[in-house]
Amino acid sequence: MSTWFQLLSKLSAYLLGIIWVLPLLYAFWAAFHPPEYATQFSLTAPLTLENFVSAWDQAPFYRYMLNTIVITTLILVSQLFVCTLAGYALARENFFGRGFALALVLTQLMVMPEVLIVENYKTLSDLGQIDTYLGVGLPYLASAFGIFLLRQTFKTVPQELEDAARVEGLSGLSLIWKVFVPLAFPTYLAFSLVSISYHWNNFLWPLVVTNTVASRPLTVGMAIFGAPESGVDWSVISAGTLIAIGPLLALFLVFQRQFIQSFMHAGIK
Amino acid sequence: MIRRLNLKAWLLLLPALTLLVAFTHWPTLKTFWRSATWAKSDVAPSQFVGLENYELLIEDPVFWQVIQNNFWYAVGTVPTSIALAIGMALWVNGKIRHKGLLRLAYFTPTILPMITVANIWLFFYSPDIGLFDQLLRAVGIDGPNWLGDPDMALGSLMAMTIWKEAGFFMIFYLAALQTLSPELYDAAKVEGAGPWRTFWRITFPLLMPTTLFVLINALLNAFKLVDHLFILTKGGPNNASNLLLYYIYETAFSFLDSYYAATLTVVMLVALALIALAQMLFFDRKIHYR
Repeated sequence: MSTWFQLLSKLSAYLLGIIWVLPLLYAFWAAFHPPEYATQFSLTAPLTLENFVSAWDQAPFYRYMLNTIVITTLILVSQLFVCTLAGYALARENFFGRGFALALVLTQLMVMPEVLIVENYKTLSDLGQIDTYLGVGLPYLASAFGIFLLRQTFKTVPQELEDAARVEGLSGLSLIWKVFVPLAFPTYLAFSLVSISYHWNNFLWPLVVTNTVASRPLTVGMAIFGAPESGVDWSVISAGTLIAIGPLLALFLVFQRQFIQSFMHAGIK
Repeated sequence: MIRRLNLKAWLLLLPALTLLVAFTHWPTLKTFWRSATWAKSDVAPSQFVGLENYELLIEDPVFWQVIQNNFWYAVGTVPTSIALAIGMALWVNGKIRHKGLLRLAYFTPTILPMITVANIWLFFYSPDIGLFDQLLRAVGIDGPNWLGDPDMALGSLMAMTIWKEAGFFMIFYLAALQTLSPELYDAAKVEGAGPWRTFWRITFPLLMPTTLFVLINALLNAFKLVDHLFILTKGGPNNASNLLLYYIYETAFSFLDSYYAATLTVVMLVALALIALAQMLFFDRKIHYR
């Protein structure tokens, strides 16, 4: 009974694992084989890179990727800066209205910018930031999640350490920069990886706020590229998909332990 | 001294609060206001119409369909994702070969963009030549029209959502499992408890805080995750798989009716507020908001 149960359990574990990577496996299969093998599977199918060439020719991937990298970086840099200051204030400063400020921040955990596309679009168009990098980034430049995460980390820094640093003559921003930031390194790494994978993959808001190749990120570009109206075949779509997810996937495979640990770290705070 | 400290703290908070207020709180208030106004076009001046937009809402069959769909979408994806996530975490945390590979496999969908992978799922679901229909034909079954049949479309979307979410939630369970003390399990063994009993009597109750946390996130996702609709069904056929956020998008950016879209957004905000309220009522705040 017990061994049967264990066998069944293990079998399900592997089966589920295979199902979970199936879309990725298929993408690799279709991308590296000629289109006639996209829907039939044979071990003797010849390998080709043709699909990558035609995908690359059919859509401005280079530009999309540049856009994604710029947008993701812009958001991350701003988030790290803004969240550090706010997280420090909420963790270490004793001031009137702290509870209120924290409540204001935490609201964004529930009301994500995606929900407010209608009004945020109006705001961005009033600011003249439609179809710009800044426009895609603006609603995300401050992250409640990041502030909360850093606040939790900064709270654990012993008061003695802060006092000692103050005796050494550090105060204000240099205190944050020289004492708190280095101590919170794992949190910064965790938050950065979570933020990068979120914004590399974000779709709805960039779709709303971009109109042209000038600012369109990979996700929006891929949605247009893969649309049935555009008439590309599965093999080329798969190749395009691999190009789009390639950099993040490579980063993930190399740093998978850090990725998984970072998501864990971010999750238990 | 106290005044100075106050000022410094608020200065540090200024950039964050300015951005958050400008793109979360202010637009939330504006959404409520816009839902009480109407104009012939986007350039015409809007006028106050009271609850007229809400009267439209109540009479809009698509709205009710979307609400119903979103309800079933949540019912269909949340418990299944959580159950799978617990299973995955237990497997990866237990004695099984190729643990690292398995964990990698489960986690991979988390970092893949939903919109791009939806193209692959579109192939899986396509009639006749699609992978699922090919597999079914191999065992002699005529596969359904996964995305074209109104009875199947929402379910097909749910399957992809579960695939996307389960590995992400696994991470939280994995973190929680590693904090459980091994002595408990030794004791259970001494008492002669089987794996089934051990799970329900020890593991599951101890994982409860994680389950609540994951539950809230899964509920939020049930409203938030609509990327794959753009590729797989576009809410069709005939709104059979339309969800609230997608309908908001359609109303605002395809039908260009930002007033009605704002009214729909209010419904969304109310739903999110209810989730937040539930979280405050049921959460053990000491554990998560220390």
